[in-house]
Amino acid sequence: MKTLLHFGVVIFPGSNCDHDCIHVLSNLLGQRVTPIWHKDASLDGVDAIILPGGFSYGDYLRTGAIARFSPVMTAVRQFAQAGGMVLGICNGFQILLEAGLLPGAMLRNKALSFICKDVYVRVENAATPFTSHCESGQVLKIPVAHADGNYYADEVTISQLKAHAQVVFRYCTSDGETSDQANPNGSLDNIAGIRNAAGNVLGLMPHPERCAEEVLGNEDGRLIFLSMIDSLNKPRVAIQEVSA
Amino acid sequence: MKARIHITLKKGILDPQGKAIEHAMETLGFKSVYNVRVGKYLEMDVGETARDKAEAQVKAMCEKLLANTIIEDYTFELDSSALNPLGTGQREGAKR
Repeated sequence: MKTLLHFGVVIFPGSNCDHDCIHVLSNLLGQRVTPIWHKDASLDGVDAIILPGGFSYGDYLRTGAIARFSPVMTAVRQFAQAGGMVLGICNGFQILLEAGLLPGAMLRNKALSFICKDVYVRVENAATPFTSHCESGQVLKIPVAHADGNYYADEVTISQLKAHAQVVFRYCTSDGETSDQANPNGSLDNIAGIRNAAGNVLGLMPHPERCAEEVLGNEDGRLIFLSMIDSLNKPRVAIQEVSA
Repeated sequence: MKARIHITLKKGILDPQGKAIEHAMETLGFKSVYNVRVGKYLEMDVGETARDKAEAQVKAMCEKLLANTIIEDYTFELDSSALNPLGTGQREGAKR
């Protein structure tokens, strides 16, 4: 029997996708979820952390720039450095970049507008704890909703990301082609999501929590959460088998 | 000490706002305008009278928060003649 996992969803002032994440994890996937206020210094012993989308601190100065200094981020940093799973969605991704937990930075969308629509992303690396339910090259339809999703990093960083298979999602056409036309925001190399070198921190601009149930007409996002749940359960199962 | 800080996107990073403004300038007849960059301007009273200390503080602020040095450059100037009328180190609107 699988153990009930404990997820923490961090709520910053201005977060607005926190309850969508909580809904998916608790109501749809039956996990235990604790909302964590950004002023909390403790993560309450959770198994994984989600930094949700929204407009933390009104996007003042730069997206994610102020949230990075919230008290909870010290604990999130320690958790990530100890190997804990951290998923940053949209503004959560921007916060991870500002915090230096993922490399690179976000620029304003190339066309300067806020984009809110379904996009296609190709799974570039299915061998991560966030994508184990996907197949390599699989095309997912997931909505984006952002004004600053134009991923940028210097050449050295980009080549390191590629060398270590850290680019996890790329914007593509419905057929899986990573063309300029399929790139909604001007991201370098069509990058939609990356992980850190250790593999336990993932940030992505699309919102998997907004497409994780049949009633919404799209369940592609569910794969990300199912992957996390499976990956977190696996080591426990292995330990139980060994001790038995 | 008053600090005036300018933050712009690094050279080589596309600045779509700057480009749009450049095109508008051209339409207006300012045909010789180029390299328009849009940035941020911040000013603040640094509660320091020593220039070197103020400089070190503003530099640290820019590096840690005000600019994202992956994508942005910053420059600043310090002005000791523009003392806060309430006196150094006092905030405007503070209780007197």
